[in-house]
Amino acid sequence: MWKLSAILLAATATLSAQSPRYQVGRPPTPEEIRELGSAIAPDGTGLPAGSGTVAAGREVFAAQCARCHGPTGEGDVGARLVGGQGTLATPRPLKTVGSFWPYATTLWDYINRAMPFDRPGLLQPPEVYAAVAYVLNLNGIIESDRVMDATSLPKVKMPNREGFVADPRPDIPKERRPR
Amino acid sequence: MKQRRPSRRQLLQIGAAVGGSLLAGQKASAVETDPRKLGDPLGPYSERSPFEKAVRWRRESKTPETGSSFTPLHDSVGSVTPSALHYERHHSGIPTIDPERHRLIVHGLVDRPLSLSMADIRRLPSVTRILVLECGGNSAGEWGSTTGADVQRSYGLVSGSEWTGVPLSLLLAEAGVQPHASWVIAEGADACRMMRSIPLAKALENSLLAYGQNGEAMRPSQGYPLRLINPGWEGNTNVKWLHSLKLTDQPYMARDETSKYSDLMPDGKARIFTYAMEAKSVITFPSGGQTLRVHGLYELTGLAWSGRGRIERVEVTIDGGRTWVQAALQEPRLPIALTRFRLPWRFDGHAALIASRAVDETEYVQPTREALIAARGTNSIYHYNGIKVWSVRADGTVTHVEA
Repeated sequence: MWKLSAILLAATATLSAQSPRYQVGRPPTPEEIRELGSAIAPDGTGLPAGSGTVAAGREVFAAQCARCHGPTGEGDVGARLVGGQGTLATPRPLKTVGSFWPYATTLWDYINRAMPFDRPGLLQPPEVYAAVAYVLNLNGIIESDRVMDATSLPKVKMPNREGFVADPRPDIPKERRPR
Repeated sequence: MKQRRPSRRQLLQIGAAVGGSLLAGQKASAVETDPRKLGDPLGPYSERSPFEKAVRWRRESKTPETGSSFTPLHDSVGSVTPSALHYERHHSGIPTIDPERHRLIVHGLVDRPLSLSMADIRRLPSVTRILVLECGGNSAGEWGSTTGADVQRSYGLVSGSEWTGVPLSLLLAEAGVQPHASWVIAEGADACRMMRSIPLAKALENSLLAYGQNGEAMRPSQGYPLRLINPGWEGNTNVKWLHSLKLTDQPYMARDETSKYSDLMPDGKARIFTYAMEAKSVITFPSGGQTLRVHGLYELTGLAWSGRGRIERVEVTIDGGRTWVQAALQEPRLPIALTRFRLPWRFDGHAALIASRAVDETEYVQPTREALIAARGTNSIYHYNGIKVWSVRADGTVTHVEA
């Protein structure tokens, strides 16, 4: 009960302190929001205009991705991007975009923010859509004729979408006399 | 054009010049000076004694801009890590950021979106906290059959610092969080724009926008000029070079909270948003790679910490876990901070299996490796906090124990 009271007290304190006291800063410019805070939500919020096909993605991948991830995403200096479906519950799990990643939007967000490794930010939105489409196709998740855009991408159902569970810790039984 | 190759004489001259400059840079490479001669003049920023050699160990990685470097815990004393020896984990290198140009934006579900300079942030009321910071993947090698040979390589992705900054709750109040906001998306200004989703409840509870570390501006490798500090949570959530906080009604399922930093269980399901670092401890002396050269009384010592609060007690065994005795704890025991423990111990040339186990204020007991593996298997990578056993041999050498 005391915990509940404490939470309510904290919530009240938070809400009552919502008026600005210090008047610091200024509103961010649209450029600042675009440049600094471009994260993409799993429901697609934040995805820009543009689209990309699997075919276009094959070319983007060959030009920008293959030198680290291998010609068909089999991995090299960069992570392996394909395969591994059905291995997660085995002694040697192979975690790839296809076998492990729960959301296709994460792939768009990560390529856009962090790839290519040595030149992040290089790809324009249509190229990111295309690269995403190609990697999803390599994993057998979308057909070769599909087009990825802000509407279609969030609807892609990743094979491991239901593969994540909440943190149950502490999860180890207490043992006073180990060994 | 034909390249002129330097002559042997030129090479010798170059060698002498390089050698000479190295000597000058290293202050006579650890040769004691005549104590009755005048010492060095006063300088603007101190170096440590040339006799001190403790350095981070860097694990080999595919690219020099990624990877981890480990704090030399075996050389540590007290409970604060020097900033220069703080562990590091990087995903795309260390950016050099001019604080005059750095900005933090607060946007999304807020009434008053903000763009702040460092000067704006420095105007706000600050707090200082001594806190432990541990990588979610610290001791990941311990899940495997070959455990770490020394304490630096097996437990060294943990460090303790004094952090100074602005409570995030204060800045969020300035921006006016809207009622349906429940998450904060934090993004950094490194090349890969590292991003994590943080529950709003944590941000309001005790997160800091830190700019100070151990009495000065934090090091570039620690996020200069501004980083998020989430007390007790895995290092990766403490986003460095922080430049954007977006209030949202959902987590953004970043690559570094789905593909990475999620914990795969034997049934193939992965635990997600496993933020807290649970209680953990390790003996730093005697530890793997060290040697007890004489028989007699020693101070056995180590570090304990918990992401959930204070260390309540640390128990030490010298007989492989049959009996445990309480170690002395250095006061003050601060919540979510490295806590030094000590125990006088006599080494008389008898082999011993030594280990420590921490208990925190929630009465959580640091588990054995066997108990962890029984619950989680060996493929979860993150959040290993098992008891570490060192083998002291009769000849005084100390090694790890093969699993």
